[in-house]
Amino acid sequence: MTPEANRADVLIIGGGLMGAATAFFLRRHGLSAILIERDLVGQAATNASFGNIRRQGRFLPQLPLANRSRALWGQLGALLGEDAEFLASGHIRVAFEEAEAAKLEAYAAQARPYGLELEMIRGPAMRERFPFLSPAALMVSHSPQDGHANPRLAAPAFARAARRAGARVVERAPVLGITRDGVDFVVETRGAGSFRAPVVQVSAGAWGRAFARELGEDVPLTARSPQMGVTEPMPYRIPPVMGLASSRPGEGVYLRQVKRGNIVFGGGRRCPADLEGQRALLDPANTLRQLPFLAQLLPPMARLRVIRTWSGVEGYIGDDLPVMGASARLPGLFYAFGFCGHGFQLGPGVGASMADLIATGDAGVPLEPFSIARFAGGFPAAMAEGAHLE
Amino acid sequence: MAVIVVGAGPAGTRAAARLVEAGLRPILLDEGSRQGGQIYRRQPENFTRPPAALYGSEAGKATALHRDFAALRPHIDYRPETLAWGARPGELLTLHGETATALRYDALILATGATDRVMPVPGWTLPGAYTLGAAQIALKAQACAIGRRPVFFGTGPLLYLVAWQYRKAGVEVAAVLDTSPFAARLRALPLLAARPGVLLAGLRYTAALLRAGVRVESGITPLAVEGEGGRVAAFRWRDRRGREQALATDAVGMGYGLRSETQLADLLKCRFAFDPVARQWLPELDAEGRSSVPGVYLAGDGALVRGADAAELAGRLAACALLRDAGHPVDPLETAHLRAGLRGMARFRRGLETAFPWPGAQAAALPDATIICRCEAVTAGDIRHAAAALDAPEVNRAKQLMRPGMGRCQGRVCGLAAAEVLAAARGVPVRAAGRLRGAAPVKPLPVATRMPEETP
Repeated sequence: MTPEANRADVLIIGGGLMGAATAFFLRRHGLSAILIERDLVGQAATNASFGNIRRQGRFLPQLPLANRSRALWGQLGALLGEDAEFLASGHIRVAFEEAEAAKLEAYAAQARPYGLELEMIRGPAMRERFPFLSPAALMVSHSPQDGHANPRLAAPAFARAARRAGARVVERAPVLGITRDGVDFVVETRGAGSFRAPVVQVSAGAWGRAFARELGEDVPLTARSPQMGVTEPMPYRIPPVMGLASSRPGEGVYLRQVKRGNIVFGGGRRCPADLEGQRALLDPANTLRQLPFLAQLLPPMARLRVIRTWSGVEGYIGDDLPVMGASARLPGLFYAFGFCGHGFQLGPGVGASMADLIATGDAGVPLEPFSIARFAGGFPAAMAEGAHLE
Repeated sequence: MAVIVVGAGPAGTRAAARLVEAGLRPILLDEGSRQGGQIYRRQPENFTRPPAALYGSEAGKATALHRDFAALRPHIDYRPETLAWGARPGELLTLHGETATALRYDALILATGATDRVMPVPGWTLPGAYTLGAAQIALKAQACAIGRRPVFFGTGPLLYLVAWQYRKAGVEVAAVLDTSPFAARLRALPLLAARPGVLLAGLRYTAALLRAGVRVESGITPLAVEGEGGRVAAFRWRDRRGREQALATDAVGMGYGLRSETQLADLLKCRFAFDPVARQWLPELDAEGRSSVPGVYLAGDGALVRGADAAELAGRLAACALLRDAGHPVDPLETAHLRAGLRGMARFRRGLETAFPWPGAQAAALPDATIICRCEAVTAGDIRHAAAALDAPEVNRAKQLMRPGMGRCQGRVCGLAAAEVLAAARGVPVRAAGRLRGAAPVKPLPVATRMPEETP
């Protein structure tokens, strides 16, 4: 028998940013929710995140969701009582070659109908606006309303707010299995007993594939460990997040300066991850490979020192798009996982849209491109293997 | 067979020597510019103080270690000023200047030494406040004193040794203030008697300080290092009878014994266990220095703080273990002899921890405004907030939320104290507060670093 406290309208498996935000927004619909987390909220992909609140460069049909999420980031203080250090300080992609500049211009033209206005800035105007840029920089694509936030704070903040709003957050409770019993799903955990609800959302990041498979739906997901790092602090001078626009493998590094002065960076090569051991694998040599490109993107960085590197376990889907929306097989089952290293910005929007979808049947933004149904006919084995190391 | 020894102090030097005896040519990495480690740290090349002035009663051992190293040097690949900052399976990543190198190894001996164990007190980050180890290095390496009239406080044998060394160098020592009660030292006597010579030397330092008229107290509680004009001006404490005392001073040296430098073992994924005697997490080792990872051995204070004499034995023993595991003949009598020598050291170590216990409980009483993590200016109150309002059950979570241990030193200075503050705030034993996970780089790595070639 499942105790009454372990029954709810919705069970959410996985307490990353997606799950925590969904729990929070479900409460605003008046639905009861239990968030079940294997470890502590926001430990795996969320904790590995760089902290980018970036819309430019995204898959265009994802922009409505990203726009919704961007608006929510701006309201975080009002919603949660804390802002997770969100700064709408702008985001620039820096091109060093005409071919890359042309790609940025083409993207800007395509993004405009989605309501994302990007400014292409070159020459003296660019240098005046962004004096810290390398003399070799050719053009920047500037997204003025984007910026960055602290991923270590965001998921716990959502979980605490969800708890205050009446959701249950169960930590250190690994899920052993999900079964169907009549109209209910029964979720067995190690340490916290079993839970029951007519609706389940799987937002278990890189571990989402195992749960989906158990429920009869496979997706081509590979686990990867991104390479993140941070320097010692220097005076705060670099408001926008910066990314190097390059299509060559390993060159696409990005960085942001936090207000306390440190420069957080990521990009370049990724390592495999150990799903069973639940840990990211890191190759310190990948940090060394990032350094020349970081110094190219922001020359003053060459005088700083790296004080820490880290990673986390991220789920990458073969077509570089997440799995989001209703199951194609079981009523009451929903997915939001596999955000391919670009989920942090989407987090609040994913939570709000999934809660809307679960509560009303309408997510409010188009989620069709992310449906798990796209893999219903199977997929080539190669799609789930070996990719996403760059 | 490629063998790397990290650290050229007593343990690393003796380990390398034993490997050479077996016909190997190990790489010996050392952060220092000259071999000797901390305890037998050498002065710069152009300084001329004699060994007796530098090392006192330990001059003979220091000279022997330096001399043996000189003989060893042609037979090893010695790389001074080289930091081992990262690891991947079978490889260490090193840094020399701004050049990184990946060094392949079949086996590895970590002899990475120890640093001061610090318990913060209000004002401990003021200019003029040093650790005992730093105070000793200033004197030993550079012939400089930390101040004209320093107060030394904390606990442990180093407290008396450093104070005595300062006094001997002609510095007026304002006071030597020990947090451990005198009764603890009496209780520890049976254990300390395992090494009567060392015990006597320690007593002699104390006696010499008292003879010189230095104020020596035990059972004190530090209250604050007070500043004026932005630097140390006074030290305030509560004496063993509960009365508040203060002394004007221009510098303080503080320390509570040593903590092992275990980051490399952590990066190599060695299993750690909580050591209730030291109240810290240490790599799990067998009696000969084998870690839980095949091919990775630990020796010296970086494995377990037992001092320089034990380090010499443990270094040699770890090398014997490595050699035997690699199929080299090792006389069982040799290892038995080394192990027997270390047994007395282990007993003595328990004696030291009994006599001079880490005052973990002080953490609970620190005012909220006290800075714990000086790199990130995280206060005791911030950590308590993480523990209570933000519900952080252990130190890594507290670090994610409030940043203790997130700065340049990566918690090497504040980690133990932060765990005590967190544990006290949650009312759990310090073991339950866990330990900060290590991450590369072990020490800051210049962004200008380049790796010209990767060793295949």
